[in-house]
Amino acid sequence: MKRLCVPLVLLLAAGPLSAQDTTQFREGVRVGVDYVPGTRPGLVVLPGPGLDSVRAMVRRDLDYSDRFEMIQVDDAPPGGAGTGPVNYGIYKTLGAQLAVELVEAASGVTARLHDLTASKVRNQQTVGLPGGTDPGYRLQVHQLADEITRWASGTPGVAATRFLFVSGGRVYEVDSDGSNLLPLTPDGVTALSPTWSPDGQRFAYTKLEGGRGGALVQALAGGAPQVAPGPASGLNITPVFAPDGRTLAYAHSDESGTDIYTANVADRCCAQRLTVGRYADNLSPTFSPDGRRIAFVSTRAGPPQIYVMAADGTDQELLAPFDYGATGPSNAPEWSPDGANVVFHRDVSRSPQLFLVDVAGRRVRQLTSAGRNEDPTWAPDGRHIAFISDRSGRRQIWIIDMETGRVRQLQTPGAARLPSWSRRLGRTAVVPNP
Amino acid sequence: MRASSLMLLTSAVLIAACGGKAPPEEPAPEPTPAPAPAPAPAPVDDSAERERLERERMAREAAERAKALTAEMATMINFEFDKADIRQNDQGTLDRKAAILVANPNVKLRISGHADERGSDEYNLALANRRAAAAKRYLESKGVDGGRMEVVSYGEERPLNPGSDEDAYAQNRRDEFEVTAGGDNLVAPQ
Repeated sequence: MKRLCVPLVLLLAAGPLSAQDTTQFREGVRVGVDYVPGTRPGLVVLPGPGLDSVRAMVRRDLDYSDRFEMIQVDDAPPGGAGTGPVNYGIYKTLGAQLAVELVEAASGVTARLHDLTASKVRNQQTVGLPGGTDPGYRLQVHQLADEITRWASGTPGVAATRFLFVSGGRVYEVDSDGSNLLPLTPDGVTALSPTWSPDGQRFAYTKLEGGRGGALVQALAGGAPQVAPGPASGLNITPVFAPDGRTLAYAHSDESGTDIYTANVADRCCAQRLTVGRYADNLSPTFSPDGRRIAFVSTRAGPPQIYVMAADGTDQELLAPFDYGATGPSNAPEWSPDGANVVFHRDVSRSPQLFLVDVAGRRVRQLTSAGRNEDPTWAPDGRHIAFISDRSGRRQIWIIDMETGRVRQLQTPGAARLPSWSRRLGRTAVVPNP
Repeated sequence: MRASSLMLLTSAVLIAACGGKAPPEEPAPEPTPAPAPAPAPAPVDDSAERERLERERMAREAAERAKALTAEMATMINFEFDKADIRQNDQGTLDRKAAILVANPNVKLRISGHADERGSDEYNLALANRRAAAAKRYLESKGVDGGRMEVVSYGEERPLNPGSDEDAYAQNRRDEFEVTAGGDNLVAPQ
């Protein structure tokens, strides 16, 4: 009996369970992330001659997909790689079921996914790559990694994505792996709430000036920002694009309160008011992926909570249930890419924590419990969420994988706020020009 | 130097008490005006010089009163966490502002709302906007024309106290009041 206990304890203490952010029970609902170790396939990126930076980037992207148990091999075992056929047996003994082989091709790289169990090449593709100094180089390597993730798991990765966030009052852009940090708004102007257009070519944000502010739409390629149509006085905050990329929703604050408007930013017209707050606040709109509904924050019942309405402003109702007088303020909703959930933050003991509400069942689930965790934003794969946390001291972008509970930091030089995760960026994505 | 200044002050007070010129409309303000750095020797019986000093004294007192009124206009009010209600002990502050605004119809006011750093960054813009609007509505209820007041919000972007403790938060949850026009030579309310 005693003999059995020791390995059992070790099993519980070690492994991915320790990466879980929370395992609390609350209000009879199991919160946090349940993860059964060992269900992810082991994957090895084969060593080989040349392509060191491509191999390092692909390995990290596959790791960050959180879909594989990454198996590290620093040097090729005898007969393991290099020229000639891959020695499947050696990597199988290391626990790998999949192997990624990267070899130099005429003007780029050939990627092969080996199925070690079936002893065959499952997928293969040759892609052209620009030189390592070309600004499009990293994006194309990330796209290749996302494609390999799709071969291996059925769903593409999210490496070829970027973040917008605010630091020191400026909007910055950064790659999903922390590279290519670039300011997008000028120094000395307070910018807030950046958000991507669906095509990744533009972003919207609030420019705060003298206590007033406009919702602006700016092309990443440059040029003058466009002011969103609508009330010119007061403060236009929390802009968000509809999935059609033509409609912008935002909240307008003036002395009668804060209300949600939509406007057509393609034809620069047709501002329409969706809520009538009468000294209450309605803000932070977020569209369902089909564009038919908008979740938002409202103070109509007192403290801010999460509501939902049709995109024309009708059928307004509570989305995330709360106990009046007990539940903390809830803010910053963002609708998931699959439409099933809305993530938001809710104060618990005056500290914001991430929560999910499922749209069909209206059940609320708490995701985090330690420190401040706020302003969540979905990855396009619908399983990763980026948010701002102070768990490392100052506020930084962190990324949680909902399936495994694994959390990683995306380091930025200054304190970060208000992140927005792009959709997968295509080959036409505007490349930062440092 | 000190003796001459005192004499100067004494003679000025005597002149005022004798009622040679139009007396000030209300009692002098509590703080005694600082002695003017007058390098002149003690005045002899010279009416032109006395008039000059009298004008200086009245101007000084008027400036003091205006300064006090300006300070009253700039007095901030504070709020409870996540609240935009005017607190009872801030009503007096707003009542005094309203009286000054009524007595000085050319004065325009910008009210800016602020929040502490704890709430959501974006919600704090709306909350601070509501705080500024609440002060404006209160002043309107006391007879100040709404067209003279503008409402702006800085959310949590401009903390008064950069700290992250309850004291700092309490200071940062506030409305600031800035006179944007007609602020020179404020007249005291009757």
